[in-house]
Amino acid sequence: MTETAPEKISEYAHPDRLVTTQWVAEHSADANVVIVESDEDILLYETGHIPGAVKIDWHTDLNDDVTRDYINSEQFAELMASKGISRDTTIVVYGDKSNWWAAYAMWVFTLFGHEDVRLMDGGRDKWIAEGRELVTERTARERAEYPVVERNDAPIRAYLPQVNDAIGSIPLIDVRSPEEYSGARTHMPAYPEEGALRGGHIPTAASVPWARAAAEDGTFKSRAELEAIYLDEAGLKPGEDVIAYCRIGERSSHTWFVLKHLLGFENVRNYDGSWTEWGNAVRMPIVKGTEPGDAPQR
Amino acid sequence: MVTTLPTTLAEIVDDFQNVTERERLELLLEFSRELPELPARLADHPELLEQVVECQSPLFLTIEVDDDADRTVNLFFSAPPEAPTTRGFASVLNEGLNGQPAQIILDVPDDMPEQLGLTRAITPLRMRGMTAMLGRIKRKIREAL
Repeated sequence: MTETAPEKISEYAHPDRLVTTQWVAEHSADANVVIVESDEDILLYETGHIPGAVKIDWHTDLNDDVTRDYINSEQFAELMASKGISRDTTIVVYGDKSNWWAAYAMWVFTLFGHEDVRLMDGGRDKWIAEGRELVTERTARERAEYPVVERNDAPIRAYLPQVNDAIGSIPLIDVRSPEEYSGARTHMPAYPEEGALRGGHIPTAASVPWARAAAEDGTFKSRAELEAIYLDEAGLKPGEDVIAYCRIGERSSHTWFVLKHLLGFENVRNYDGSWTEWGNAVRMPIVKGTEPGDAPQR
Repeated sequence: MVTTLPTTLAEIVDDFQNVTERERLELLLEFSRELPELPARLADHPELLEQVVECQSPLFLTIEVDDDADRTVNLFFSAPPEAPTTRGFASVLNEGLNGQPAQIILDVPDDMPEQLGLTRAITPLRMRGMTAMLGRIKRKIREAL
C-alpha cells in the first residue's frame, strides 16, 4: 500500500494511522483490509454503510456487561474472528460525529495490541457528503482466525490511583464541555443521567474540549492547528507523558488519538473511569471554576 | 400494579415482545422510517417545537390538545435522519399515542419504554432518551389542560 497520503495527513506524526475516504473507496475490497463502522447511534449502520463494512457497537460489543471494564481476551478474539478480522488485518474504523466512537473502538483494539488500526478522516459524514456509495445489507464476512492475546492496559489506559498520583507531575487534559469542566453541570449537555455527585475537574487539568480537534467537515485539523491548541494553549510540551479524561472515556479516546498519532506524544493514556468515577469517588480532590487549579498539598 | 396501555401502544409493545432481540432492533428501524414529516405550519416554525435535551441527538416535539370532550392529543416530532434510534423511539410513541385522549396518555406508566425489551440490545443509557420523550409529552399535556 504505497499510495501517497495527501499533504495534510503526511504532516502528522503517524500518517499511517489515518486514511482518506478516497483510500477507503479504493481499498475496501482488499483481502487484508476490513472496514469497521462504530457509531453512537446503534441503528445508523443499518440505514446505510460503506460497502463491505462490518458493524461494531461500542456499548454492546466492547464492554463487559457485568463489570465496568472492557471485554476480555477470549471475548475480543471471538469478536474479531466473527467480523472476519485476523491479527494481521488492516482495520480502518469510521463512524458518526467526527469519528468520536470510531476513535474509541480503535483505542480498545489497541488495548489488545492489534497492530494496524487506522481511522478514516472525516468519518461517516464526509463519506456521505461526497456522495459515495452506501449499502444497507449487513456485510457477511467469512469467519477468521484470531488468537487469544493478553490485554495490555498499561501503555494507554490510566486508573484512578495513577491519575491521583499524576496530579502535579503529569499534565492532564480534560476534554469535556466548559460547563462540565467548571462544575456548572455534573453531566454532559443532553446526557443528564450520566452525572456525578460532584462537579468540577481534576486539579491542574487543562480544558480542551475534544471537538476542537475536528474541522467543520469532521476531518482532523492540520498538525499546525492542533499544535496551536494543545502545545501553545494547553501548554503540553513535546515528548512528555499525558493523561486525557472526559465523562466515561469515549470523548477522551478521540483526544488520545490526536495526541498520540497526530502529534506524536509517546505516552498518552486515556483515563476511562473519567468524571463518572472521579466525581463519585470519596475524597478525590476537585477544582471548580474555569482555572486548572493547583495540585493539593500531600 | 399494571397500568393499562391504550390498545395501539399495547399492540406495539406486544410486537416487540414477540420477536428476538435482534429483530427488535430491526423493528425499531422500521418505525424510524415511518416517522411522519412535520406539517408545513410547524416545519416552517421550529421555535414552536421544544427540544428534548435528554436525547443524544436533536429531537424536537410539540403537542396540540383539541377542545373536544376527550381532550384529544396530537403529537408532532422531528429528528434528523442520522439519528435513527431517536426517530424510532419517537415513531413508536407517535403511532401508539397520537390521537389518544389526554388522560389515557397521562396514565401510561413512565417506564413503558422498558417494556419494549430493548434495554439489553440498546443499553440503558440509550433507552433514557425515550423515557425522557414520554415524560416531556406528559408534562406538556399537563401544562395544556
